[in-house]
This record gives sequence, structure tokens and C-alpha cells, in this order.
Amino acid sequence: MKNIWTIFRKEIKSYFASPIAYLLMAVFALIFGYFFYVAVAIFVSRSFESQMMGRGFPMDVNEWVIRPLLMNVSVIGLFLVPMITMRLFAEEKRSGTIELLMTSPVRDLEIILGKWLAAMALYSCILVTSAVNMALLFAYGKPDWRPILIGYLGLLLQGGCLLAIGTFISTLTRNQIIAAGATFAACLLLWILDWVSAYETAAWAKVIAYMSVVTHFEPFSKGVLDTKHLVFYVSAIFLGLFLTARSMESLRWRA
Amino acid sequence: MIRVQGLTKRYARTVAVDDISFEVEKGRIVGFLGPNGAGKTTTMRVLTCFLPPTSGTAQVAGYDVMKQPLEVKRRIGYLPESPPLYPEMEVIEYLHFVANLKGVPKSERQQRVDQSIERCAIGDVRTKLISSLSRGYRQRVGLAQALLHNPDVLVLDEPTAGLDPKQIIETRELIKRLAGEHTIILSTHILPEVEQTCEQVIIISKGKLVATDSVQNLTSRLRGSEAVAVEVEAREVQFDAAQVRQRLEQVAGVSRVVEKDRKNNRCSYEVESLQGRSIRADLARAVVESGWNLTELRPVAFSLEEIFLQLTASEKEDATGGKK
Repeated sequence: MKNIWTIFRKEIKSYFASPIAYLLMAVFALIFGYFFYVAVAIFVSRSFESQMMGRGFPMDVNEWVIRPLLMNVSVIGLFLVPMITMRLFAEEKRSGTIELLMTSPVRDLEIILGKWLAAMALYSCILVTSAVNMALLFAYGKPDWRPILIGYLGLLLQGGCLLAIGTFISTLTRNQIIAAGATFAACLLLWILDWVSAYETAAWAKVIAYMSVVTHFEPFSKGVLDTKHLVFYVSAIFLGLFLTARSMESLRWRA
Repeated sequence: MIRVQGLTKRYARTVAVDDISFEVEKGRIVGFLGPNGAGKTTTMRVLTCFLPPTSGTAQVAGYDVMKQPLEVKRRIGYLPESPPLYPEMEVIEYLHFVANLKGVPKSERQQRVDQSIERCAIGDVRTKLISSLSRGYRQRVGLAQALLHNPDVLVLDEPTAGLDPKQIIETRELIKRLAGEHTIILSTHILPEVEQTCEQVIIISKGKLVATDSVQNLTSRLRGSEAVAVEVEAREVQFDAAQVRQRLEQVAGVSRVVEKDRKNNRCSYEVESLQGRSIRADLARAVVESGWNLTELRPVAFSLEEIFLQLTASEKEDATGGKK
């Protein structure tokens, strides 16, 4: 436990000692701000229209602003994850510091958990920048906060499973660019897998769509907490970390 | 303190370490001598639990590297060939991180870090970023890292590689001071380094153990015979290299004469002596008395390759009971 904390602190420090953490936070805040503006603008014009047509005015902010926003965030996440995880192991392998970690009285799993948790922490920091915009919604409207919390929980879970996969991919190479590229490809694939359900309804298509991380995020964005999706994400996280552990073990045999 | 038996490490295509066995007593400084690619680093990586052996066993302080790696790692300080440093950290920050990683208790941490800094003389760079340090300081920070948890065994992979002569001397002095408290294994491909710092030598070549001996025995074995570079100049233009060579070979105690170079009326040779014979005076006299000029006469240091040849050759002779 103490060792996980040691590794975690070191990783967080090196994220924030380089521009990468600030860069990712800034880029996310910018893109989120843009989506936020668009979503609110559409919401305002729609509600204006519906008032003119004499339909009930109070449209649902959760339904019309927050839900599409969260869906967008889940896609932005796919682009952020490779940049967060690429250096985790690839850099240690390139600079040789992996030798220090692996010859210290620390278990492989402690190293992996420390690194993954640090990646999670950075990802959470990035998500937190969107709180400013959310606060604006609370200042000028009355959105329900529970679906928002569940939406963010979904974002964290989806991020966690992609970060675990990215961590795994980072152990496979000593080149950060390759790690980032491969992780991005994996994230993209896990996103577009659900597109198959648009034109095919056979069982195999359902299986493929089921593996997409976005399929499982949708209920979260609606504010629905469904155990089956929770289980999907948690088991995907376990799978990613398990693969990382195996890969680290094989590092010793191959190195 | 260290016991290695039948250690073999095989990679996909090559055998890096082939059936090596040796023992190291507590408090000794042991030099691991061998040319590049001999298997020094691989052996060290097995000892530090970075790599598992293909077969054979290695024990450190009574713990097996395969069965109780955590116990072994607690008792080993390791400086790999390139110091494992994080460039974005400050020196002091890095040392605290490693102290945490090595499980130094919180109450002792500050004191251990300070002691390491003092021992490795890196006090003046303690708040500098590692990325801004020179090669010599990086090496010393790497060494400080290995000392932090006061390990029983220190494994240093080429600790003086890439340092300038002054730094090399300082590092050697430091290593000597550390002995006694710690058992030290250091690898090098420089022979004088072993002579100056180590008490015991383990020589490996192409993954095989060539010799393990005390430094005194090894050097006396090597010093027994000497190699001399001789350059001879003829006064007349007519110069018979074969004749000079013949004359040199006749000098008592000479075992071998090799012609190295020939220019006009000059010719240089390398002359090797038999065990325990000093031939320089006789060589000089022979050349001068034959009416030639002696333009150069100097002892040649054995290169590592030659030492290997000599050691492997002499061992074969010992086995067959033959003479040189």
C-alpha cells in the first residue's frame, strides 16, 4: 500500500512537472467550452421556439444540455487517454529506470496500480475543469445533480478502462509515440465497434457492439446506474491491469 | 554472502551466461572482469532479480533470487550501467523517492539521504534538476541511490565508465571506503581498475568463467612474463630484418618475437619473455653488441584480450601438464 502511494506520488509529480498535464487540461477545457457553448446555444434557441409554438417552456436541461455534453466528453476522452498513458512504462524502459523499479523491494502489481491510479488522477483533474461550465448551468438553471454525478462516474469508469488498456500497451514498447499510436488505435476501435449495430442486428453484431466502451456509457449519460454496465467497466479495468501484470512479468523473461 | 551455482542464462538465440559458479565472502570487493558482451551485466541482472536465470541458482545473503526476490532486493543496492535517474526530479527529491521505494523507515529516511549525499559528495547539487547534471554527477547520484538503504551487497555495473580521470580516481576511492561494511561486486573491462580496487577477481569471457582468483595471484601470474616493444635501426642501409629477429630470439628468456612494422632501415618487434624472466637488459645488450641502434625499448601492457588468451592457454597447459 505504501509502495503504491510512493509510485503514485512520483507519477503525479512527473505529470505536473512537464507541460503535459497542463496542456491536456487546457485542451480539454477549450474543447469542452466549445461543446458547452454549442449545446447551450441550441438549447436556448429550441426553448425559444417551443415557447413561440406554445408548447411547455421548461425544457429539461439534463436531457438537452448535459446528456449530449457528456456523450461528447466520452469521445474526447478517447483522444486524451493515449497522451496520458504513453509514457507510463515506455519512458521507464527507454531511460532504464525500469531497472530501478524492478530491482527494488516492490511488487509488480504495486508499480502497476501506482501508475494506473496516477493516470486516473490526472484524468479526473482534466474532467474537473468542466465543473466551471457545469456551475454556470446551476447558476442560471435548475438541473438535477444526481444524473450529472452518475454521468461523471460513467466517464471515470470508461476512462479507467481505457487507461488500463493504455497502461498495458505502454509496457509493450520503449517508444512513447508507438505506445500513443497503438493506444489511440485501440481506443478508436473500442469506440466505433458499436457502429455495427446501426446496420446489422444479428447476434454477432450485438456481441461486437457490446464490446464498445461507448455502448456502456450511454445509460450513464442518461443518469441511469445499471450494474451490468458497471460490471463491464470494472471487469475491463481488471483485464487491462491483468494484461499489464503479465506483460511486466514477460519483460523479465525477454529483456 | 553471494553464492552462484551453475548459473545459465539463455536468450532466444544466444547463451549469455554459461554455467557459472562462484562464491563471494562478506565484506569483499570483487571485480567482474571481461570484455564487452562477456555476460557481466546479465550475471548482475540475475543477482539483482531483474532477470530470472534459465537454470542454476543464485543466492544473496542466504536468499534465493527466484524464491525470495523481495528479501534479496531489500539487501541489494544496484547501479546499472546507465544510472537509473529521472531527469525531471531534483537530486534530493529523487533520493527521497528511492528511499521510499527501498522501504527505508520514515524515521531514518532524512538521515540516510544525508549520509548518502555526503558519502558521494553530491551536496552541492542537491537541489539541482537531474537533467542539468554532468555525467560525473549523474554517476555519483546513481551510486548514492544504490547506498541509500544501507544494503549488504552493492552491485555496480561499470561504475567508472564515461568518467574523467579525476572522477574515476574519486569513485574508486569511494568504493574502497565502502568495502568492509558492504560486499561489493563491480564489473569492468579495465584491468588496472581491478588491480587497484578489488580483492578478488572473477574473469568471464563469452559467458564462461575463465578464472576466479585473488588479485595478487592473478597479477603475479600475469606479471610473470613480460612483453617488450623493441625498435631497431641499422646504421648501414643494408638491413636484414630476419637476421635481427634471429638475434633477438637467441636472447636468453625470450619466448616469442613478432615483427610489427618495417620502415626503410628501421624495424619494430614485440618480444615476449618466458615466465619469471626479465629480458630488457639482455635485449638491449644484444642489439647494441650486434652493431645496430636501439631506438626504442619499452614494456607493453597486456591487453585484456591477451590476458584471456594467456589465462585460457595456461589453464589448458596446466591440465595437460605441458610446458610453454
